[in-house]
Amino acid sequence: MNDSESSGVHGGPLLNEGGPWGGGGSGGGGDEPNPWNQPPRGRPGRGPAGRSAIDELVRRGRARFGGRGGPEPDAGRLLLWGVGGLLLIWVLWTSSHRIDPQQRGVVTRLGSYAKTLGPGMQFTFPSPIDRVTKIDIEDIRVKDIPEGGGTGQNLMLTGDQNIIDLAYSVRWNIRDPELFIYELANPEETVGEVAESAMRAEIARVALNDAMGPQRSQIEQRVQQRMQEILDSYRAGITVQGVAIKQADPPAAVVEAFKSVSAAQQQAQAYLNEARAYAQQLGAKAEGEAAAFDKVYAEYRLAPEVTRRRMYYETMERVLAKTDKTVVEAPNVVPYIPLPPQQAAKVQQQQ
Amino acid sequence: MNMSDNFASRNVIGLSIGAIFAVVVVSSCFAVVPETKQALVVRFGKPQTVYNAYKPNEDFGRTGAGIIGKIPFIDQIVWIDKRVRNFDMERQSVLSTDQLRLEVDAYARYRIVDPLRMSITAGTERRVEEALRPILGSSLRNELGKRPFAALLSPERGAVMDNIQTRLNRVARQYGAQIVDVRIKRADLPDGTPLDSAFNRMRTAREQEARSILAEGRKQAQIITAEADANAAGTYAESFNKDPDFYNFYRAMQSYRVTFGTDGTEAPGSSNVILSPDNEYLREFRGRR
Repeated sequence: MNDSESSGVHGGPLLNEGGPWGGGGSGGGGDEPNPWNQPPRGRPGRGPAGRSAIDELVRRGRARFGGRGGPEPDAGRLLLWGVGGLLLIWVLWTSSHRIDPQQRGVVTRLGSYAKTLGPGMQFTFPSPIDRVTKIDIEDIRVKDIPEGGGTGQNLMLTGDQNIIDLAYSVRWNIRDPELFIYELANPEETVGEVAESAMRAEIARVALNDAMGPQRSQIEQRVQQRMQEILDSYRAGITVQGVAIKQADPPAAVVEAFKSVSAAQQQAQAYLNEARAYAQQLGAKAEGEAAAFDKVYAEYRLAPEVTRRRMYYETMERVLAKTDKTVVEAPNVVPYIPLPPQQAAKVQQQQ
Repeated sequence: MNMSDNFASRNVIGLSIGAIFAVVVVSSCFAVVPETKQALVVRFGKPQTVYNAYKPNEDFGRTGAGIIGKIPFIDQIVWIDKRVRNFDMERQSVLSTDQLRLEVDAYARYRIVDPLRMSITAGTERRVEEALRPILGSSLRNELGKRPFAALLSPERGAVMDNIQTRLNRVARQYGAQIVDVRIKRADLPDGTPLDSAFNRMRTAREQEARSILAEGRKQAQIITAEADANAAGTYAESFNKDPDFYNFYRAMQSYRVTFGTDGTEAPGSSNVILSPDNEYLREFRGRR
């Protein structure tokens, strides 16, 4: 008896209607979708197990209500009540849907698309008729190319036949849940492929230097646009929120040469700075000297002869004050020229 | 009591079996066609009808999806994908007209538009893809082989892809499929010599750029220096030219001071001066005559 009871419960989920009757309804909530989710062709196969379960139930029912006069109608009625109750729970359970704010529920009625549910508590027909697929549309998904942050290089040809190492990511979300579900066989892979194709087409149109520097944001925008066009042509129901180039570098093999270019730029700038410094210095000096001359000249103009004399004497005074002087007064006299002390010593030694 | 017990249990068993059998029969009279699939009903191996066949630009909810009736155990349903599917081409090595080799990855997107033809000619979607994949490869090679390398990196690429799509579509139609899009995913230089020589070219181009930047920097610096010199000369000339004679005197005085070390700096070397009494400076030395 015990054996057959357990086999009845395990082997016959189809006929679990007996649950509340035999086991006080325990586990009824968990098991209740089963009868409806079973594919129809599964049923004949489960027939024998079901039959033994029925036998068992009937026998147990008879044992419990054996004291009364008419156990058979009672058993039948209870069975009906049980089935009815479970049906009711089933209907309630599968016809009400809680849709979160970021979700939409796509309803299919007997396979055909019926409507899309907005957020909140929503009601449909129960399960085999209406089915609801909940889709998160607000969640922005990120697709990184190359996959996984890119340890290797992702080399691309640029318009000037150079090669660039590019890493970027695409942010996208679902715009039309029904298109997203129904139109593409594998939408997420499609996003990646479209992104790669669009990015390579775009990079193939610009020169290496532009791709690495000034045109990055335009490239991002154009790739986004192009991706959107392609995805729309597939009716993918996807919005591309943005494309971000994370890295646009020359390939590792030539990066040294690129560094030498920036070093040369620095050096050239240094040359220019030096020249400018020289120019400023020289200009200031010239202006200063010219201004000084102008001032003196202005004074000179007022009294040319006197100023000239004064300047002459002042200069000669200062010049001659510091020098050894020999004045040769009389003509026809050989002047004695005093030698500087060291030179005099040398001369003496030689003698 | 025993008798009626038996009767009751037999009754319940009978009812249950009947109900199950009824459910099976009824459910096999119907099938649910989802939005994502086309259903081809086959009766004794002969295709009968297509439900939910693809039509361009139809709205979901007005398609053929839904519940359909069929004869149980006789009609069988072949499910065919209605969505846009994709297949990748294996990496192909393509030789352009200027003898440059390129590794090309491409993908095609297609959908089954004629399930009946598709099921007769190929059977499954996978076999359609297997049939189309080599054709994509060969038409890509043909089309790209007609063009120079640079065309692949230009807006002409669009035209190339259109040609390939047209070619591929011609074949796809035989399988009841329609090519939605063909795109080059990657077009790279092959590893080894081609890639290395490209790198070498890039490297030398950069070195050349570095040198020309340096030379340009030097040139600009020289120009700036020369301009400064010229400006200074102009400034001097403008000022000094007012009285060249006085300038000569003024500058001579400055020069003497510097030469004899009286401008605060120590002049190198000592100086001896032998003055003739006829010297201008000593004119008054002898007293008035």
